[in-house]
Amino acid sequence: MATEYIVRTKDLVKTFRLGDETLRALDGVSVDIKRGEYISIMGPSGSGKSTLFNAIGGLDRPDSGSVFINDVDMAQLDAGELAYLRCHTIGYIFQTFNLIPVMTALENVTLPTIFAGQPTDDGIARGMELLKIVQLDHRMHHKPSELSGGQQQRVAIARALANNPKIVLADEPTGNLDSRTGEEIIALLRRLNKEQGVTIITATHDYKMVDVSDRVIWIRDGKVEKIQNREDIQIDTGSMH
Amino acid sequence: MAVQSPAAQNPDGSKGQPPVDHAGIKRQVNLPWSKAIQIAMNALKIRFWRSLITASGIFLSVAFLCYSFTNLFLQQRPADPELLAAYVHERDSQIWLVVMASLVCLVGIMNAMLMSVSERFREIGTMKCLGALDSLVVRLFMIEALFMGIVSSSVGWLIGLVVAACARWSTLGWQDGVIGIGGKVVGEVFVISVGSGALITCIAALLPAVRASQLPPAAALRTDV
Repeated sequence: MATEYIVRTKDLVKTFRLGDETLRALDGVSVDIKRGEYISIMGPSGSGKSTLFNAIGGLDRPDSGSVFINDVDMAQLDAGELAYLRCHTIGYIFQTFNLIPVMTALENVTLPTIFAGQPTDDGIARGMELLKIVQLDHRMHHKPSELSGGQQQRVAIARALANNPKIVLADEPTGNLDSRTGEEIIALLRRLNKEQGVTIITATHDYKMVDVSDRVIWIRDGKVEKIQNREDIQIDTGSMH
Repeated sequence: MAVQSPAAQNPDGSKGQPPVDHAGIKRQVNLPWSKAIQIAMNALKIRFWRSLITASGIFLSVAFLCYSFTNLFLQQRPADPELLAAYVHERDSQIWLVVMASLVCLVGIMNAMLMSVSERFREIGTMKCLGALDSLVVRLFMIEALFMGIVSSSVGWLIGLVVAACARWSTLGWQDGVIGIGGKVVGEVFVISVGSGALITCIAALLPAVRASQLPPAAALRTDV
């Protein structure tokens, strides 16, 4: 067993060029995330949380600094190893769901198992099992356009879990949902975290997330402002809802 | 509906996997061709109407190409020197038509394929997030394009040939006009039509597909077409 940290970042820097200006979206971010934690990365929009999300998930390369997943430096991985990591170790959930519109819920959930090289029948069985977990088994043959936002996000969550990832990364998972549906999604993520031991990392500015998080990483202007354990967070955030 | 009841449900307690596997990052293996072909064919099928629009862009262009080539190949040098000037004039205009048809084909197919691939950039980004290799993405789009190119170009060839035959039938009659086309010209025109149609289709699909597959997934997901 390696260290207790499943994700570590060290001095991450990422800049974007906007016309003449250079924007430091990440400005030396170092965080350590333990196995099985539920982490919220909080911050106003434009604070760099999505950039951090992309860096941790291997969806974008930082300009400098490192991301370690299970103590493996992601920058050392070649394209094939990165694809393996995305397929088996990390599950992604997006604000805009990013389901493939022409595929049914079941086909969407099954897709990662196909990329993992699983036999079709096993993949379908796995897909149905996952849709049952997110309570959408009765809608498995519906396309995303026939599902509500909350249902689409639950399909996306099922898809993220298809290959039993150790980490689930969620970028504003409740951002496009109404408040009550958002709560359902948060409860579902928390349940998966508790029951299956999946490490969950969400980038969000939804204060409802704070209640379920083990720790909250506050980001502002590309820097870590503070990291708080849930018990240390003032209860007034709860009243914001 | 109120679907969420977290405490009550525990659907699969048996899924107790030990949280051991780490650091053992392997290299993602590419899917076998048979599986890739199956996925690509399915992709064409599930967006059938969209595929049909792309295909019609291809087969109409190819039909024009086929028609103009058929006419050019069937020009005959007259024995009577007095008719030579008229023949040369006619032939030159046929050559012009072939040039135009080639351009239409090139631009028409390029446009159809570039659009149909570019509008799927987000899908490519999503596929990469789910663990698809760059080479798999390119392979899937190549199989789709090759199939699309060959089938649509064949249809275009048939339409072009039938139109040319009908035109000749109305002026030259069945025997000279239609039978007179001959197997050689039909064969030559087939090779030209399907060859160039499939080739342009594949190149036009390959350019955006390769570009999208090499983008970091985050960038591919950001694209909006």
